[in-house]
This record gives sequence, C-alpha cells and structure tokens, in this order.
Amino acid sequence: MNGRKRHSLLLNLLMTVMLLYAVLPLFWLVVNSTKTQRSLFTTFGLWFGGPFVLWSNIHQVLTYDNGIFVRWLGNTLLYVVAGAGGATALATLAGYGLAKYQFPGKRAVFAVVLAAVAVPGTALAVPTFLFFSDLHLTNTPWAVIVPSLVSPFGLYLIWVYAQDAVPAELLDAARIDGAGELRTFFRISLRLLGPGVVTVLLFTIVATWNNYFLPLIMLSTPRWYPLTVGLNDWNIQSYTAGGQAIYNLVITGSLLTVIPIMIAFLILQRYWRSGLAAGSVKQ
Amino acid sequence: MQLANTNRTRARGLRRASVAAAGLALAAGLAACSSGGASSSSAGAGPLAAASGAAGIAAALQQPTTLTLWAWAPQTKDIVAAFEKKYPKVKVNLVNAGTATDEYTKLDNAIKAGSGAPDLAQIEYYALPQFALQGALADLSADGLGSLQSQFSAAVWDSVDIGGKLVGLPQDTGPMALFYNKTVFDKYHLAVPATWAQYAADAKKLHAANPKEYIGNDVGDPGFVTSMIWAAGGHPYSVSGTKDVSINLQDPGSVKFADLWSPLISGHLLDPISSWSTQWYTGLANGSIASLVTGAWMPVDLESGVPTGKADWRVAPMPEWASGQPATSENGGSADSVLAGSKNQLAAAGFLQFMNAGPGAQISADSGDFPSSNAIINSASFLAQAPAYFGGQQINKVLAQSASSVMPGWSYLPFQVYANSIFPNSVGQAYTGRSSLDAGLQQWQQQSASYGTQQGFSVTSKS
Repeated sequence: MNGRKRHSLLLNLLMTVMLLYAVLPLFWLVVNSTKTQRSLFTTFGLWFGGPFVLWSNIHQVLTYDNGIFVRWLGNTLLYVVAGAGGATALATLAGYGLAKYQFPGKRAVFAVVLAAVAVPGTALAVPTFLFFSDLHLTNTPWAVIVPSLVSPFGLYLIWVYAQDAVPAELLDAARIDGAGELRTFFRISLRLLGPGVVTVLLFTIVATWNNYFLPLIMLSTPRWYPLTVGLNDWNIQSYTAGGQAIYNLVITGSLLTVIPIMIAFLILQRYWRSGLAAGSVKQ
Repeated sequence: MQLANTNRTRARGLRRASVAAAGLALAAGLAACSSGGASSSSAGAGPLAAASGAAGIAAALQQPTTLTLWAWAPQTKDIVAAFEKKYPKVKVNLVNAGTATDEYTKLDNAIKAGSGAPDLAQIEYYALPQFALQGALADLSADGLGSLQSQFSAAVWDSVDIGGKLVGLPQDTGPMALFYNKTVFDKYHLAVPATWAQYAADAKKLHAANPKEYIGNDVGDPGFVTSMIWAAGGHPYSVSGTKDVSINLQDPGSVKFADLWSPLISGHLLDPISSWSTQWYTGLANGSIASLVTGAWMPVDLESGVPTGKADWRVAPMPEWASGQPATSENGGSADSVLAGSKNQLAAAGFLQFMNAGPGAQISADSGDFPSSNAIINSASFLAQAPAYFGGQQINKVLAQSASSVMPGWSYLPFQVYANSIFPNSVGQAYTGRSSLDAGLQQWQQQSASYGTQQGFSVTSKS
C-alpha cells in the first residue's frame, strides 16, 4: 500500500513538471504582452513589471503599418478554411471510398498513401515551389491553399476509422432500401464518421494555422502572408539599421495568434480523443 | 539549442528556420548557377541598351513604367515617395520580401524559376558576389553609372565592382568601431582600449572584478569573424574570373585574429549570448555587456533597442593591431542592384541613381543609416551631429575616421551566404569548447571549399 502511494506521488510530481513545462511559455507570453518595449528588457521576465499596457499593445498590433496584422489574420483564416476544410473534405471522401469499395489498384493506393505519410511537408517545399512557379501560381493564395489540400495522414485516419465505424451490413441495408451511394454517404455514413472527420479537421486546422515554411518560400508580398510569416517579419525588422524594434508587438501579436487555435482545441478536443482511439482495437 | 549564427551584418538576422530555408533553397538556386554562367549573357545589356547612358536613363524616366523593388530598409518608402514626386510617370512598387537571407532565398528561387523576380533588390555586400557571379545582376556600367565611382570611397566601391562589372550602388556601409558603456568602464576604472592587446587585458580585468560583467558577447558570428580578419589585414578569400576561388583561413590576418580571440573564448571572457536575442538587449540595458565591436549602423539600433542606455554609451575607434596604425573593416551594409532579368533596365538604373547617388542618399543618412557617399560623410552637418544618447559626443567624426581607414582589397566568397550558414557547425564548435578556434576555421575552410567544388567552382584550398 505504501509502495502504491509513493508511486502515485512520483507520477503526480512528473505530471506537475510536465504541466509547468507546457504552461510556462504561455505564462511568459501573457506576462510579457503587458509590457512596453522598454520594460521588456529591464524587468524580470516571468512577472509583471513596468506600466501595464496590454490594451494599448493590442491596439497597436491591430493598427501598426495600416492594420497589416488584421490582413494577416484574414489570410490565415482563408488558408485555414479553404486549406484545412478542403483537406478534410478530400480526406473524408477518399478515405471512405478506399475503406468501403473494392476496386483494382486499391493496394497500390494504400502503399502510396502510407509512403506519403512518412514524407515531411518541409522536404517537399522547394520542389513544390518550382512546380508552382512553372504554373505561375507563386505569390498567390493558391500557392498556400493547394498544397494544404493534401493530407495523407487525414486520409489514412478516415480510412481506418471508416472500416470500423461504418458496418458493411448497414450499407447493404441502405442499398436494399433503395438509397443511392451518394445519399447513403451523406445521410448515413457521414454521421457515423463524425468523430473521425472532426479529428482530421482539428489536425489540419492546426497544421495550416501553424504553417510557416511553405508560405515563407511561396509568398514574397506581405499582403498575402499568414500570421506566422508576418510575425517573423516584425521580429527581424529590428535587426536592420534604423529598423524599429517592436518586440512588444511581436509578443502581443503572438498571444493574439494562439488564442483562436486554443479555442478551436477546447471546442473540438473531445472529438479528438475519441477519434484518436478509433481503430485501435480490432473487433 | 544554440542558434549561433546571427549571420552577420547590419541587417543581421536570419536564424532558425530561415537558415534552413537559405540552405535548402540556395542548394537549389546555386545549382542553376553552376550549370551555366551562360544565362548571364542573356540579360545584361537589356532591351534598351541602344539608348544607354545618362540620356537613355533620362528618357526612360519620362516613360510610364512600373518598377518593383525588394527592400527591407525602413526609409526606403520615403525614398520611393520622393522619387515618384520627381518622376510621376514611374511607379515604384516597394515590397518587403523579408530581411536579408529571407529575401535572398526568395530571390534565388525566383531567379531559378525565371519568373517573379523584382526589377531592383537590396542585397548586402557579403551576398552580392553570389548573385553577381551567377549572372543575376545587371552590369550598371553599361548604363553609364560607372562615372559615379568618385562619389564613394575605394573600399566601398570594391564591394560593388565584382569581376569588372558594376553590380550595384552602395546604400549604407558599416565601418567598424568600438561602442562602449562609459558608465561601466568608469565604474571598473577601465581604459578605453586603443589596441587589441588592451582590449584583451580589459576583458580580463572587468570579468575578474565582477564575474557578471563581460567586455562583449559572442557565440560565433561569421559576419563578425570575417570583418575581424579583414581589419587584421587578412585576405582569406579571393576570386578571379567567374570560376576560380581560393580560400585560405590560415593567412596572416586570420592567424592574428585567431590568436587574439581564442584566449578570450577559452577564458570565458565573452558573454555567451547571441546578438539580437532578448538576453542581448537585456545585457546591453543592464550593463553586463560593456561594449560592442560592430558596424557604424549601430547607433540607431542602440537608441531604439536600448532606450535606457541613454547617455551611457560612447563610440571609440576600433582597437588597432599595431598602435598608431588605424586599420578597420566593414561589417554589414548593403547595396541595391538591378536584376539582369528586369525589362526596365534603364528606368531601374535611374531609380538606383536617385536612391543611392542622389537625393535618396541623404534621406537614408537622415534615417540613421551610415552613408556610403563621401560627400555626406565629410559634410560639416553630418560630422557635427552630437546625439544626446551618446552624451553629446560627435560620434560621426569617429565613424567617418573608421570609414576612411577600411583596408582595401577584401572580397567575399561567391557562396558566402551558404558558407555563413554552415559556420555554426565548424567555427561555432569552438565557442562551446568542442574544438579550438583555429581548428574550427580550418574545418570551415574545408567545408566551404567542398561546397564550392560541388557548385562547379574551381576551388583552391590553401593550408
């Protein structure tokens, strides 16, 4: 009994350390977004100090350089809605099709998708750039949206999920009742796939929201930057002679950038959990 | 997680992902370079070459034209506004495509892809040879801009005159000087070092008096190292023609630098903080970093980044290797170039002249850039400036003196951007005690040479 207790004490300690590890950067972000550029470097980093200027920082972030931050936020939303939404739709259709229909070449598709899961997107960025450049699509929103539409991992997840979540008997019953394949998909299968789809949606939203490298090389006009690239631009502008140091805005801007993604997480997390467990047990 | 290489420069920048980006994309971009200097001949002269020279430029500026300019210097928009006012037919589309290496990555990609490159681009001196030797930059002497040479100092002109071609006009420069915190120096009774021997002695004395105090910070910065070797009279890199490169990081200048700097590193006399990091600003603000040896563009950065240091800081000449023999070098600074692929060569050349050899030069200087034009550097109003941040010291007198003492004949590698990006893996190791500075320099030379060979250069690596 004693041993058991000590065991859980250790676990608790470990969890506390992990929690601190995860929360500390966020805490730092909140604390420092309340400081002026001047007090950022002269006060203790992990506690409030100097004048409390969070509201004025937020106001400056939203208005600096003619409100470019708002434009970046809009761009990011566009890339997330079109990119992550499109990727989820494509992954759902393809994953369902592969799980529930028999056709020649299925094994080959399976192999290609599995291989694609293993290739990091960053490695493909430069070839993708050259490809898009030939199509004269660089420096347009398409250059960010189109590559985001492909999510091999999402496809694989839906595939595995659909195999268990949508019983073949149910589909047979629907067919016998005279429902067409499309109608079956939208009225029956899609509802059963719900948790899986939300999981994929969450994955792709996070991936698109945080996408940095692809837009960095694809876009050269700040007008089309997403928040990630734009904030980095603000960050390095002080490295130039005469460049205004605006670390207070970089920090406050980062805080504003993580808030929407946190909200998305809180709303969708329960689906995420049930989605992750899907397919883990063979019934 | 040391991000080591603030890759140099007045616009120093780049780190993290951007370094990776530079590496990747440059690998792609330079492949184009190696496969043929042939592409260089295609553009150069430009479609309007028939009517070149001053008359051609004047005529081109009266035609409706749109120019695209990639630049990150903040005052560029004021220069563009002044230009458009004077030449209303020419519209200049100013794009901040990223600072320094971020921009080069995009520029390389666009050049390789053959579309999307601007008419004009801001490029730092150390990166110019890389673009020049792949034939990406127009030769401005064909447009008659060669006559502007007399406006600039010889060392600055060397930086834009590459392989006999004028590949850009100098915008700002960074002759090196010693920026020091007078309050800290007074507190510990340190003499402002006039020579490097004194600098090393001060470093020891200060750190011994208070282990939290350092004379400077360094975790390995390729731009700093090359500038130090330059000032020590070294010529580690030389390029002849478009293909022949030789590297010798064991030449007398390099050895002098390594002999000075090794004991400072191994004695832990330099604060292991990378420049431009938040700790760096904190150190500058609280006085734990007592001085900086860096380019003349530093004053505005100190004023905006370290406002609490007002009246503490002063400027002194860069320490000398031999007492009474001033010898300095450039650190950072950039030129602006016309891209060889631009369809508006003459109008672009006209803008460039306005920007860096006309009214734009004064706008830059007023914004805090250290000027490249002799006329501005030597003007009474420039020399008389006495900023309160520096306790009313006439700092430009010191900086102008440095500008006139820059050692001539320096050149960078035609793949310096890449070479600087691998600096942390070689020389950078010396700063973490895993290798000696000298061994690090040798390794850097070796890795740079083998990259150059892969890119199709004929590299002589001396030892």
